[in-house]
Amino acid sequence: MSLHEKFYWLMAGVGGVLLLATVIGTILHVKAGSGPSVSVVQNLNSRIRAWWVMVGIFAAAFFAGKAATLVLFGLTSFFALREFVTLTPTRRADHVPLFLSFFVLIPLQYLLIADNWYGMFAILIPVYAFLILPAVAALAGDTDLFLERIAKTQWGLMITVFCLSHVAALLLLDIPGYQGQNALLIFYLVLIAQLSDVLQYVFGKLFGKHKVAPVVSPSKTVEGLLGGGLAATAIGAAMYWITPFSPLQAFGLSLAIVTMGFLGGLALSAAKRSLGVKDWGSMIEGHGGMLDRVDSLCFAAPIFFHLTRFYFSV
Amino acid sequence: MNPVSAALYGLMKALIGAHPRWHGGPPSWEQCIYFANHTSHLDTLAIWAALPAGLRPKTHPIAAKDYWGRGPIRRYVALEGLNAVLIDRQREGRVGDPLAPVIETLEKGDSIILFPEGTRGPGPLPSAFKSGLYRLAQLFPLVRLVPVYLENLHRAMPKGTLMPVPLICAVRFGAPIPNVAGESKEAFLERARAAVVALA
Repeated sequence: MSLHEKFYWLMAGVGGVLLLATVIGTILHVKAGSGPSVSVVQNLNSRIRAWWVMVGIFAAAFFAGKAATLVLFGLTSFFALREFVTLTPTRRADHVPLFLSFFVLIPLQYLLIADNWYGMFAILIPVYAFLILPAVAALAGDTDLFLERIAKTQWGLMITVFCLSHVAALLLLDIPGYQGQNALLIFYLVLIAQLSDVLQYVFGKLFGKHKVAPVVSPSKTVEGLLGGGLAATAIGAAMYWITPFSPLQAFGLSLAIVTMGFLGGLALSAAKRSLGVKDWGSMIEGHGGMLDRVDSLCFAAPIFFHLTRFYFSV
Repeated sequence: MNPVSAALYGLMKALIGAHPRWHGGPPSWEQCIYFANHTSHLDTLAIWAALPAGLRPKTHPIAAKDYWGRGPIRRYVALEGLNAVLIDRQREGRVGDPLAPVIETLEKGDSIILFPEGTRGPGPLPSAFKSGLYRLAQLFPLVRLVPVYLENLHRAMPKGTLMPVPLICAVRFGAPIPNVAGESKEAFLERARAAVVALA
């Protein structure tokens, strides 16, 4: 099958699942009436509607090619960082470092992928931004909470720009026998990470009893994690035919995506709690903010990227 | 919406969100004077973008001629994109009543957006209001006086900076402040300022 044929099958599959979810959501909506579960069903249905929009945008970017995919993930980083900085206390002296983060570092990070310059892509934010932004902040002459401020700016950049850009960076990899099909790896990573979130939510709502981390993230349960995580891993193994991996390798890599995704959700929940909020924003109806939707992806992407790069690329 | 307005609207949504919050009931279709705290050059755009699309053509931001009138591009954006009314802030060399164009707009039945401090402040909370708002309230007692609090805009583009940083900003609209018969100018201005602060 060619790249586009595979993609049509995948989109048909995702569309079919969403259609099924929409039908189930509508039935639940009718059944719930004005009972006690009505708000859960409403949230479920707004989540499903938002999924249609997100899948539509993602598919459109895929068809439009590499540039559109980079713009899509660049904007995702932009909106995620915007949510992070909005909730982080910053001062007047942080203005220039923040301006550089949004309008220089985000475009540059994605242009480096477009330019296939892996060496610079890997160090732009952990080395250059890490050293230059605090120096620029220091020039403004405000030392109050200096360490806290620069640490938060750097952490936000690492998560929302550096880590997230590893999704699009899958286009950089040169995998023998898989040339020209790397866009499918993006699809694979995003699909497994998001399916894992959805299935953990579904298993948790159906069977959840024991909380994993009651203080940090009360909605995560052991039953949801194991049931949803294993189901997503099994689907990941079964989808090996769109990847350069064998079924067993696909199982292992999906397990890595699911595990890192869970840890990402956990760590970013802790960050949210420390900032005193429940959601990062309100951009995506039913889901919260952009960063709420991509938190698992931020953690899964760099690990999936490096495992694939180390074992499969030349 | 003309193309300049549409571009400005899209830019504001992408940069600062400018999400409206209607604390004092749903948006009013009656004639209003919106008055707000003033911390950045984005304030005018933020309130304008937060208003329902149907209200925008009949709402005119009152903008300083010495900023928005300077240079052909800025002037074009202010007049064509925002329907702004430009007023002269400088006392020197001014002829006639600086509020005359504002009064003319209100006489037409249109709404206005006003920053009663007259200039941008350093922090989020407004400093003392100038008397312009009082005069307009006296001249147009039937126009609703709607307090507005702009949240986070002092962080998005603080005084002295040239470029904005994208931060999600909310525009909080309060309930109209009532008319109080026989109230002194000072008491009115302080009450109006307190209505903005109460939304913070």
